Amino acid sequence: MLGKLNMDEFAMGSTNESSVYGNAVNPWRRQGDDTPLTPGGSSGGSAAAVAAGLCLGATGTDTGGSIRQPAAFTGITGFKPTYGRCSRWGIIAFASSLDQAGPMTRTVRDAAIMASAMCGHDPKDSTSADLAVPDFEAMLTGDIRGKVIGIPHEYRMDSMPDEIEALWARGREMLADAGAEIRDISLPHTKYALPAYYVIAPAEASSNLARYDGVRYGHRARLEAGDGITEMYEKTRAEGFGAEVKRRVMIGTYVLSAGFYDAYYNRARKVRTLIKRDFEEVFATGIDAILTPATPSAAFALGEMTQADPVAMYLNDVFTVTVNLAGLPGISVPAGLDAQGLPLGLQLIGRPREEGDLLNTAHALETAAGFVAKPAKWW
Amino acid sequence: MSIDTETAARVAKLARIRVEDADLPALAQEFNTILGFIEQLREADVEGVEPMVSVTPMRLKRRDDTVTDGNMADRILANAPDAREGFFAVPKVME
Repeated sequence: MLGKLNMDEFAMGSTNESSVYGNAVNPWRRQGDDTPLTPGGSSGGSAAAVAAGLCLGATGTDTGGSIRQPAAFTGITGFKPTYGRCSRWGIIAFASSLDQAGPMTRTVRDAAIMASAMCGHDPKDSTSADLAVPDFEAMLTGDIRGKVIGIPHEYRMDSMPDEIEALWARGREMLADAGAEIRDISLPHTKYALPAYYVIAPAEASSNLARYDGVRYGHRARLEAGDGITEMYEKTRAEGFGAEVKRRVMIGTYVLSAGFYDAYYNRARKVRTLIKRDFEEVFATGIDAILTPATPSAAFALGEMTQADPVAMYLNDVFTVTVNLAGLPGISVPAGLDAQGLPLGLQLIGRPREEGDLLNTAHALETAAGFVAKPAKWW
Repeated sequence: MSIDTETAARVAKLARIRVEDADLPALAQEFNTILGFIEQLREADVEGVEPMVSVTPMRLKRRDDTVTDGNMADRILANAPDAREGFFAVPKVME
């Protein structure tokens, strides 16, 4: 291990600005402009380190896009395997039904090599799948002739910049040129994914983070004379958690509270069933992988979103969060630069447990895109 | 659905997070923004749909009900903010 990297506190954030240690910075800058940009989040430190060439690869965790969004913002490959593929032992739980670890690397080949090492059953994580792990690297033939790639029209957003739209179109052409069949598909419940996520993830977080009570480890607030156990909990958690974490724990508490459990939490879990069903239905029609943009924009300036409301920040995950809700493998591949010289990524979503096939399609896309740009060294 | 400062205070209490009175209006406003966004779920037709319990078809692994770890009370207590005589120490729990 070379070192540990920065991330948003408890993996909650899309810009690295909610890190306890201060944010990491994106090695990329806009052409002729020194404005520091976000590396994305939550695995922003990992993304920045790989993009800057500080290491060959890094690990990340992805609950709603925390590997794929920072990878797209920094021009690297970010791979989230199927839910349960990698053990999560040693990772602090955020939302246990969504969390998955994966590699962040310079190339798809490196991601395949790292994933083969990371995946597999672990008795210490009861959700880790007891399935043989193939040699993912050996599956990178680059041959995707006859594969069927789905293009979901629900991923076309009104507010989407033309550059993202154009990149997506180029991705379709590249895969078609490589011999794949491109097919329009529909994932009708996509628009409910982000609201469902922002019920389910905070609900699980509020439960997982209940253990941070100041009793067994971590911070404990200094108490006044006469303070009892409840004051200790309340002061400890107010001091110890950052603003975004507190916000999510409280939202989670609210949606799980008596009287709201059915209206929010159970409803979100039903919507999640529908989102997963959308994917199952398109895969049943013979779709091998789904191509979407990775993010709705290129990396933006640090501080740019701090004045925005929390929901504006959450929209960063609009293309990635469906994959976690459905437990599928997803990969972000750098595919081009925007007019300001910043990297843009495309996302491929695969069938559950068929990571080798997904990585091969990603490899074909990577080869066709020929993304070789690097950030100019200023650090 | 609108969250007032009283509800915000109740949620903070349930979450065991102290929020100063002066900060409650801003917190209530944030809740309203986020819950307003979540309200979209009401449009979804979920009639007859089962709520998801597990995203994978896999049954959780079971293991023998045996002790696999332990006998390290000192190491565990070394992480505690306050420990005395082999116990976690906390302020008084009962009046």
